[in-house]
Amino acid sequence: MTDITLVEAVNLALMREMERDPEMVVLGQDIGINGGVFRATVGLLEKFGSERVLDTPLAENMIAGAAVGMAAQGLHPVAEIQFMGFIYPTIDQMVSHASRMRNRTRGRITCPMVLRAPYGGGIHAPEHHSESTEAMFAHIPGLRVVIPSSPTRAYGLLLAAIRNPDPVVFLEPKRIYRLMKQAVEDNGEEFPLDTCFVLRPGSDITLVSWGAMLHETQQAAEQLAGEGIDAEVIDLATIKPIDMQTILESVGRTGRCVIVQEAARTCSVSAEIAARLAEEGLMSLFAPIRRVTGYDTVMPMFRLEGHYMPDTARIVQAVKQTMEFA
Amino acid sequence: MKQAITFSVESHRFLGPDGQPEGDLPPLAEDKDALHALYRNMVLTRLYDERAIALQRTGQIGTFASSLGQEAIGAGVGHAMRPEDIIIPSFRENGALLFRRFRIRDLLLYWGGDERGMANPELGDDFPICVPISTHTTQAAGVAFAVKYRKQPRVVVCLLGDGGTSKGDFYEAINLAGIWHLPLVFVINNNQWAISVPRAIQTQSETLAQKAIAAGIPGLQIDGNDALAVRHYVAEAIETARNGGGPTLIEALSYRLCHHTTADDATRYRSDEELQAHWKLEPVARLKRFMIGRDMWSEAQESELIRQCKEEIEQEVRHYLDSEPPKPTSMFDSLYAELPDELRAQRQSLVGKESNND
Ligand SMILES: Cc1ncc(C[n+]2csc(CCOP(=O)(O)OP(=O)(O)O)c2C)c(N)n1
Ligand SMILES: [Mg+2]
Repeated sequence: MTDITLVEAVNLALMREMERDPEMVVLGQDIGINGGVFRATVGLLEKFGSERVLDTPLAENMIAGAAVGMAAQGLHPVAEIQFMGFIYPTIDQMVSHASRMRNRTRGRITCPMVLRAPYGGGIHAPEHHSESTEAMFAHIPGLRVVIPSSPTRAYGLLLAAIRNPDPVVFLEPKRIYRLMKQAVEDNGEEFPLDTCFVLRPGSDITLVSWGAMLHETQQAAEQLAGEGIDAEVIDLATIKPIDMQTILESVGRTGRCVIVQEAARTCSVSAEIAARLAEEGLMSLFAPIRRVTGYDTVMPMFRLEGHYMPDTARIVQAVKQTMEFA
Repeated sequence: MKQAITFSVESHRFLGPDGQPEGDLPPLAEDKDALHALYRNMVLTRLYDERAIALQRTGQIGTFASSLGQEAIGAGVGHAMRPEDIIIPSFRENGALLFRRFRIRDLLLYWGGDERGMANPELGDDFPICVPISTHTTQAAGVAFAVKYRKQPRVVVCLLGDGGTSKGDFYEAINLAGIWHLPLVFVINNNQWAISVPRAIQTQSETLAQKAIAAGIPGLQIDGNDALAVRHYVAEAIETARNGGGPTLIEALSYRLCHHTTADDATRYRSDEELQAHWKLEPVARLKRFMIGRDMWSEAQESELIRQCKEEIEQEVRHYLDSEPPKPTSMFDSLYAELPDELRAQRQSLVGKESNND
């Protein structure tokens, strides 16, 4: 067992599952000989050949549509979109077909596909390479949206996503693709979907986040611990459907909640969590729910992205304001 | 100067509008059973369309798209396919669907607002009707990839309209079909209209068939009102694909003699003269004249066929009208393989509710 990065864990999961499942194929731009622009698919072509590792022409709508067709036949396509900024042409397929195929045929035809894409800011990338628009997919009935935040969870959750009988949008926080290394056992074991992970138990306040922001959220929790505030940190992991049970249980104990996300604020995943806490957990709250989010602005180009993205200081401040309230 | 490339597009038909042969006929022209099967499907489709419109007018189904005047395309495609082939339809090729295992009761259920219409397990791998134009073309490429990947001797046939050829999806799909050399046949029903938008506003391209050339695949034009031509050239393309010869794009020229759907009024945008001129080219009478001219059909057979078709349709209509209303909770039950916890309460709120019939 060696220590690997998140993007290496993605690669390991793809390798492992392709070996196990002859019905699995991968497709996308530059995923073959180049191994993907982030190297997530490196080595797959050599190992599994061009029949299963499919370099496609440059057409995202087609990549998603072809994946829907393959999945309808019972293959398990894993399609890579190079950056989330170029995922929008797939929305037609994901909304009108992938998410609906099982329902509109009452189970006669299904869509066991995965749409993978790196997402999020913080790597000083060109325009259109830094947005976090996961809520768009989370709004769509019939889809699953999964976001890993560490190498181990990337490995286990991607395996689960590929084996899931329904379409999964798997968004990879590229800022932390190579930020940390973890020992990942390549045992082919999946992590559960539709389940939050409690990364740090705590009794004073619940911090909910996902993806790269968990890095800052955990840093904030450490800093707060030094100041006598014991924060529980929850990794949402599956953005849709949301495991509210774990969050409600946590907030039931702490009475306080701060939600941290990179995405813009309005109609976002944090808004949904806050709404459900208000609906189902209001009586356990000592203080208003607070959200630390990106602004409702266009994601700025990289000279300003540091101002846009929540940082540890903003999270710490939100927690302190919440604690001061009650 | 050197010519980088030149191209031409073949255009084919066997029967003129009066049912008279034009040049050599294929063996199909002698195959009475095949002609009867084609003709039966076209008559059944025309009567079904008429009945479905009546059901819509009396509030018993929702909006409906007839295929009036375009029956030869559905019939030719449906007859050319083998049962194990896979159809990826748009929403207008009623005859092709009736040649597959879609039953009239299924189609009425669908247009009657009920997902179960596309659920019949006997439909096998055939795709459901596709409403968002051309979005099924890229899926057809994916299905054809799967068939090829598994080395199955099956062919995928994707049907779309002239309007559908203006979408990026279509270009992306034929482009991929070419690169991956897929067992896939695209058949365009060029019925000259996309609701109120005439063919001339869709593209400056002289034919739709020539779009294939940019994708590096064969493209040809046929008279889509000549059932012999449709059956012959679609079958040829299908067998080419089955034998590893790759994809083909076929533009079938026809004309939409009906309104776009029951929700449309075509008199707003096209003249009665144009419509009447095209009635002279329609496919059902054309095949009938050909068969009568060759002593393969009689008026007695015609009335018997119409009687049989009407009886079958009425039986199917009765099945449709007698079908159990859908359970409100069913909107949850095929959303995911397993209902996520967060949806349990939403589903529960519908338990015990009855379906309303509006
Ligand atoms: C993407 C999309 N845009 C618009 C519509 C609305 N619409 C339904 S049918 C139609 C015209 C389609 O024309 P064509 O492709 O020629 O097929 P036809 O109806 O003539 O069979 C339009 C605009 C749609 N269903 N999908
Ligand atoms: Mg048309």
